[in-house]
Amino acid sequence: MEKILVGLKRVVDYNVRVRVKSDGSGVETDGVKMSINPFDEIALEEALRMKERGEVNEVVVISIGSSESQQQLRTGLAMGADRAILVETNDALDPLGVARIFKALVDRENAELVLLGKQSIDGDNNQMGQMLAAIWDRPQATFASRIELNGNTARVTREVDAGLETNEIDLPAVITVDLRLNEPRYVKLPDIMKAKKKPLDIVPATDLGIDAGPIVREISYEPPARRERGIMVDDVAGLVAALKDKGLI
Amino acid sequence: MSKVLVIAEHDGIELNPSTAKVVSCAAGIPGAEVDVAVFASSASEIASQAADIQSVARVLTIEREENSHLLAATLAPQIVALSDGYSHVFGPSTTFGKDLMPRVAALLGVNQISDIMTVLGSHSFKRPVYAGNAVLTVEALPLQVVVATVRTASYTAAAGGNSAPISETQVNVDLPTHTRFIDIQSGASDRPDLQTASRVVSGGRALGSSENFDIIYKLADKLGAGVGASRAAVDAGYVPNEMQVGQTGKIIAPDLYIAIGISGAIQHLTGIKDAGTIVAINKDEEAPIFEVADIGLAGDLFSIVPELTDAL
Ligand SMILES: Cc1cc2nc3c(=O)[nH]c(=O)nc-3n(C[C@H](O)[C@H](O)[C@H](O)COP(=O)(O)OP(=O)(O)OC[C@H]3O[C@@H](n4cnc5c(N)ncnc54)[C@H](O)[C@@H]3O)c2cc1C
Ligand SMILES: Nc1ncnc2c1ncn2[C@@H]1O[C@H](COP(=O)(O)O)[C@@H](O)[C@H]1O
Repeated sequence: MEKILVGLKRVVDYNVRVRVKSDGSGVETDGVKMSINPFDEIALEEALRMKERGEVNEVVVISIGSSESQQQLRTGLAMGADRAILVETNDALDPLGVARIFKALVDRENAELVLLGKQSIDGDNNQMGQMLAAIWDRPQATFASRIELNGNTARVTREVDAGLETNEIDLPAVITVDLRLNEPRYVKLPDIMKAKKKPLDIVPATDLGIDAGPIVREISYEPPARRERGIMVDDVAGLVAALKDKGLI
Repeated sequence: MSKVLVIAEHDGIELNPSTAKVVSCAAGIPGAEVDVAVFASSASEIASQAADIQSVARVLTIEREENSHLLAATLAPQIVALSDGYSHVFGPSTTFGKDLMPRVAALLGVNQISDIMTVLGSHSFKRPVYAGNAVLTVEALPLQVVVATVRTASYTAAAGGNSAPISETQVNVDLPTHTRFIDIQSGASDRPDLQTASRVVSGGRALGSSENFDIIYKLADKLGAGVGASRAAVDAGYVPNEMQVGQTGKIIAPDLYIAIGISGAIQHLTGIKDAGTIVAINKDEEAPIFEVADIGLAGDLFSIVPELTDAL
């Protein structure tokens, strides 16, 4: 296969304790560590392994967002991607808008496979890959924990509620990845230097001529209902008594 | 008036309990009329289970050979054809619904609302974001069909006792053949289903091996509980993936949740926020799990768990 596109979204790092702003307009992002969406890192790792096995010639990482997303794309290049594209916009987008932009890139790049994360850990949407597959009129295989390419088809094992489901899909296709697909490599310092010379195209979203569509209106953010710290018991007898007390046993 | 089409989840034999929870959510939309669509190769048994759910106005069955496995790629065009006249199309936020509903939304050219936890109005909902660290109120666009998944842990299943009419429905659309079901492997067990069990016992990395997980199963069996696990325990191969509880596993709301040798990472806690009572057993008194536990016991699980099993 000639080319795989991988989506890398810039999100608040998964270790950050996210706090809602006091005016309810969003969550605190000032001075907060930002990273590649963890699922997307796994998608990229898989694409790189496919390349290392000689199954694909080029891995292109794509981010849609503000100029700062270049940081995540540079990290992707340092991991081993060949080329990066930033579709630059400061507008808020819904997954459908992101999918429409991805579709334009898929057409432009003639991609045969798009590897994405199963969900963004900021919006927890879990939508974009499915939407891209729909408007591209191609197969989707979501929540992948194993991917096997066989010429014009792929066998994908998916982590579903009932266990592990295997589907066979024709290519081109969209695959979204789950956590157990692989363990992403660490970036080494020399690779960071090398990545600086790799191409990173910046395309203003307006140049693509895509109508990303209206977005679902965000009215307000609030902190979740808090669970209070309960009691500590000293031993098993205390635990059994406490459970009895609550009528649970 | 709102007309909601709920997409039934099933395994070809039985209706999944998620469907009655989605109906609960849908029925909370002011003035809503709720229909349930059953896609199957042979639908009658499942349809009668759906017809039993309170608040269901009609059950539509769409029988086609292609529906013997519920693949998003083949279901989505059928749902789009069926959705004409509906103001809302809802599915569960199980892996079935998460896979399917965005494909439906995109074919309809609309956004999707993921994980509805509260209905505020016909177009106004609350949903969790940032692994449950924030709750977002959203307003769907007024003139579009609302496609959404429902966070099943936020709803109790609508009761039975109804007998809604069942109508066979034809949907004449071409279906793609580019996606083929091969097989499914489940570590099937006789224990209560994790997503519906009223009691759940979960083990974490601290168990150290799949053999050691035995003490978790023994305790669970004593309690008649379902068994869950942290991501670390699944990653390490102690238990299969379908047992993972949390942001990327199952979101559950049992009456009693017992977390054993689990530190309480935010991604795990997201999955158990709605549990009635949380019990934590951990040797580290500072473990974050104790901040949310109703009952905590600090100590070595390898002595506590067998002792507890005996004491029950
Ligand atoms: C994007 C993303 C999504 C994730 N999704 C999930 C998810 O869905 N579900 C999930 O669970 N995690 C998820 N995680 C992982 C999560 O961040 C934690 O790494 C994981 O929950 C840790 O599992 P654990 O508590 O079993 O292990 P640890 O954090 O290693 O905790 C083990 C605990 O056992 C205790 N212990 C050790 N020995 C004993 C003993 N003998 N007796 C008693 N206690 C003992 C220790 O004190 C410790 O608290 C996700 C992470 C990311 C980045
Ligand atoms: N702005 C973006 N830029 C690049 N990739 C994205 C973007 N938004 C979503 N994606 C990809 O789509 C996946 C699913 O996103 P979501 O539907 O938002 O949960 C993510 O894991 C990314 O791989």
